Amino acid sequence: MIAGSKLEKVIAGGHFAVTGELGPPKSADLTQLRHHAEAMRRHVEAYNLTDNQTAIVRTSSIACGAVLIQMGLEPVIQMTVRDRNRICLQSDLLGAVALGAKNVLCLSGDHQKFGNEPAAKGVFDIDSMQLIKALKDMRDAGKFIGGEALEHPLEKVFIGAVENPFADPFAYRVDRLEKKINAGANFIQTQCIFDLERFKKWMELVRERGLHKRVAILGGVTPIKSLGAARYMKNNVSGITIPDELIARLQGAENKKAEGLKICIETIQQLKEIEGVAGVHIMAIAWEEVVPEIVERAGLYPRPPV
Amino acid sequence: MIIAERKPLEQILAMLSPDQKIAVLGCGTCVTVCMAGGQKEAEELAALINIYRKKEKQPGSAEAFTIERQCEFEFIDQVAERLKSYDLILSLACGVGVQTMVERMPELLVIPGLNTKSMGYPVAQGVWVERCLGCGDCVLELTQGICPITRCAKSLLNGPCGGSAEGKCEIGKEVDCAWHLIHDRLARLGRLAILAAVQPPKDWSSSHHGGPRTIVREDVKIDRGE
Repeated sequence: MIAGSKLEKVIAGGHFAVTGELGPPKSADLTQLRHHAEAMRRHVEAYNLTDNQTAIVRTSSIACGAVLIQMGLEPVIQMTVRDRNRICLQSDLLGAVALGAKNVLCLSGDHQKFGNEPAAKGVFDIDSMQLIKALKDMRDAGKFIGGEALEHPLEKVFIGAVENPFADPFAYRVDRLEKKINAGANFIQTQCIFDLERFKKWMELVRERGLHKRVAILGGVTPIKSLGAARYMKNNVSGITIPDELIARLQGAENKKAEGLKICIETIQQLKEIEGVAGVHIMAIAWEEVVPEIVERAGLYPRPPV
Repeated sequence: MIIAERKPLEQILAMLSPDQKIAVLGCGTCVTVCMAGGQKEAEELAALINIYRKKEKQPGSAEAFTIERQCEFEFIDQVAERLKSYDLILSLACGVGVQTMVERMPELLVIPGLNTKSMGYPVAQGVWVERCLGCGDCVLELTQGICPITRCAKSLLNGPCGGSAEGKCEIGKEVDCAWHLIHDRLARLGRLAILAAVQPPKDWSSSHHGGPRTIVREDVKIDRGE
């Protein structure tokens, strides 16, 4: 056990882990975020709090994480390298840990051009790989990037990273996973899985190198709410691929919402069967209320006690 | 070379006063080659300003001429007297040229007519691409000649991010993913193993983040016997 977070305990116990995602609002009113968090309290181990996702200004992931901790829930604090330099990233990690965060997820972050401040200066002082390594060194070696020692050892954190099996070059996606593990990643969340065949192919390569034994891989899923949403994601969201067959299936369905939900549940059921997949990360963006139903219908309820 | 682009005419006109005698000063090196600030462009711009002035019945005038390099004192000195005869120098040099002029002749009013864009080269007639950010600590050895600092929109050092798709960057289908190019090149050279090592955070103090950079070389300084 590294950090002893609920997420880590479920994974270590050999259970298929479930995490949810909460997008902080474009305001300081966290009523809805609290409401969504409360609604899936018994259905997920932990909640990802996105860090100004798609480069849109929102309440900070750490602040929202602190609110969840107050509610007795467990956050996964997302940290991108887009908006903060190494001084701020390390300082914020200390702050997050001081507030009780036990899981941190390191990402590059969508380019600032996608957001509501496209004229912003992208920081990218360090990259996501270096952030993983920096957190690991702070945690395990008690050292900052610059080499100076922390004044007190850091409470342990469970370090997460992301990988996108649907990005290119495909062959490099497994190399990159291995590199992230070597840098210090303890768990991995993947980009939304719609192309299961490609995901399976990626997992095969992962297993060939035994990487699934060195890191817990959580497959990312997203229930699609409408045909428009599917098309939008297919064409506009960086890093997401949606096969044409899936679009056609939605198109042919009478009730798009029900079909989108069904596709998501089927995907989770298939993920459970893939060797080396340790859990699922449900990103029900703007459809958070459906998470309990997904978890229940996917046969993942009740959650294991830890 | 340094690549620049002329500012929009309206923006240039807005910087001028109606009665000023203006020198539109071209620069004969980089910006001539990239067709933004050479003699031809200086003449064109002076003509446009004069047409506008005539139309607006403004008394001022604009004349065009060019020096070899606005970023070297010796070329500025050659036209120093002439420059003093103008109310305003509209420089068609890069940002370096504008500043060199001001440092050499603080009494002059100098404004920029160009936006300095990048260091790069013409990849085809009429197309200039950026290839160097001047980070001060070259990594081209690692990536076999393709710069991730300049060409990756996130200046990543450890491979492509999750937004790389079909060889293109997430910021636009017209932008190549630098790391895809690097990956393919290293694969062809049989050197992919290089990418396995986690590259440490870059020392940005050698770049602009360390403040303006100065190089002093004693070996080429002229000893003035001081």
